[in-house]
Amino acid sequence: MTAILEARGLSRSFGHVRALDNADFDVNPGEVVALIGDNGAGKSTMVKALSGNLALDDGEILFEGNPIEMTTPQQVSELGIEVVYQDLALAPHLDPAQNVFLGRELPAKGLLGKLGFMDNKEMRRQSRSFFDDLGATVRSLTAPVGSMSGGQRQGIAIARAIAWASKVVFLDEPTAALGVVQTKNVLETIKRVRDKGIAIVLISHSMPHVLEVSDRVQVMRLGRRVATIATKDASVEQLVGAMTGALDVPKGSAA
Amino acid sequence: MTIISPTATDVALEDEENESLVKRLLNLQSVWILGVLIVIVTFFAIAGGGKFFSAANFSLISQNISVLAILGVGMTFIIITSGIDLSIGSVLVFSSVISAKVIEALGGSTAGAVFIGILAGLVAGGAWGFINGFLVAKAKVPPFIVTLGTLSAALGLSQVMTSGLNITLDESALTDFGIYTKVAGIPALPFVALIVVIIGGITLHRTKFGRYTYAVGSNAEAAKRVGVKVDRHLIAVYCMAGVLAGVGAVLYLAQFGTTTIAGQSLTNLNVIAAVVIGGTSVFGGEGSMFGTVVGLFIPAVLQSGFIIIGVEPFWQGVAVGVVLIAAVYIDQTRRAAALRGAKSTRRSGTKPAVKK
Repeated sequence: MTAILEARGLSRSFGHVRALDNADFDVNPGEVVALIGDNGAGKSTMVKALSGNLALDDGEILFEGNPIEMTTPQQVSELGIEVVYQDLALAPHLDPAQNVFLGRELPAKGLLGKLGFMDNKEMRRQSRSFFDDLGATVRSLTAPVGSMSGGQRQGIAIARAIAWASKVVFLDEPTAALGVVQTKNVLETIKRVRDKGIAIVLISHSMPHVLEVSDRVQVMRLGRRVATIATKDASVEQLVGAMTGALDVPKGSAA
Repeated sequence: MTIISPTATDVALEDEENESLVKRLLNLQSVWILGVLIVIVTFFAIAGGGKFFSAANFSLISQNISVLAILGVGMTFIIITSGIDLSIGSVLVFSSVISAKVIEALGGSTAGAVFIGILAGLVAGGAWGFINGFLVAKAKVPPFIVTLGTLSAALGLSQVMTSGLNITLDESALTDFGIYTKVAGIPALPFVALIVVIIGGITLHRTKFGRYTYAVGSNAEAAKRVGVKVDRHLIAVYCMAGVLAGVGAVLYLAQFGTTTIAGQSLTNLNVIAAVVIGGTSVFGGEGSMFGTVVGLFIPAVLQSGFIIIGVEPFWQGVAVGVVLIAAVYIDQTRRAAALRGAKSTRRSGTKPAVKK
């Protein structure tokens, strides 16, 4: 199977720090790949590189098998790739529907639309169906997002990403700020989105979550991928060992 | 609470489609500050009688705030982006000097000369707005500093061009417009201001441009990530404020027949105060055009009322200062209370009540 998104030999230095050092990455359609690594291992830099937010020193990115140049976040969005950032990137003063459609506003019909007027009703209706699809409880479509709980905000951010992503969704620490119930729901959501055929890249520090939802785990250390492990063969000890370099993982650790 | 299993979604609001503008308006500070304005008007109507509560007096009040209202439209946009424009009074002076110079150079009284003069004033204002916007968006200098700089520079250049002396336009088509013209019984100045405010309000609340203005002020990084061209938008907003300062300059020329080089030193602060009294947050992301208009009327009504009931008008400054601080204080506590309330109602599973 051709990987939907693949990175080969990505390198990027910030001053003397090699944030990415000849790093590889790949994810297949309908697959959950967990991207793990200790702080500073290069996970976030990898996500930035794969979402058009980082200029690379070296390496190539393939989308559906074809090499592409990722220059802007918009271009990456158009490919059907969305990122849910750890800080969620919502505008707190806007309501959920306005956030979901931010940058993608539906124009009003006819001449008014050309003048920049928007079809708010239709945007609210579609947002509601996005939230319902996800099973996300968003109590008001007209209250500012900033007045909502962390869980609701997370739901809005994930619903937005899934609504627009047709190929790949990156989730950066989606469960870090959540309680037990919400976490369970996010993990359920991940599985449901995967079943729709969308590839999911999960960045997480939580080994139990990684083992629960992912199909494969890719471990990063010191700016490169040091191991790729099928989740069914993996254990927490093995993953932590690969992250810290304590264990000799056959594939990759020779570097 | 985010992603609750489907059984829990029955608490979702059925009537959210009907969550009307009225309901959302009730949550706005501008609505209760309108109440404050009504109280003030009522007080002076009782204390000052027919002299205060007359069409002539309100016509006078609205003429006094016409230009401020036009500046307030631009300032509302800028403050919603979490910026500030201190230069607006100086830019107005600069534009009026350019405008007057052009009209003078073209011989003064003809309509053609006036038309070109007006255009020159708008372009001059827009140019300063562009400089402000460019420095804020691209050079990343804080708006306070940028506009403090252009405040000084624009006024200085106006004085250089005129040696500090006002240019007076006698018997021009422009001054005729300001003094004699009436549209539908309303003097021309408030009429122009009303149109600008309405267009500004519709643009802010109903169009993509307005939506992006809120988004940039609320979370510029988030806006950037979804493809909003934040820098370009900021430049457009500052540019628009500059052009509106140009409009204000032309209207003052029409009203007074002279440039007002020394008379605009507090204009920026008066406009900012009105915008903030009207509920626009200096931290960006929220505010309304309606609030700005109400915020403009409060100082103007206070001044007029004090004069009529025989209180020294200097008290107006004191009163406005108190209203400004009280408005922001109450708005903050109200917002904090709304947040607490939202949390407690969520726990019990009912929908949050409407808060005033």
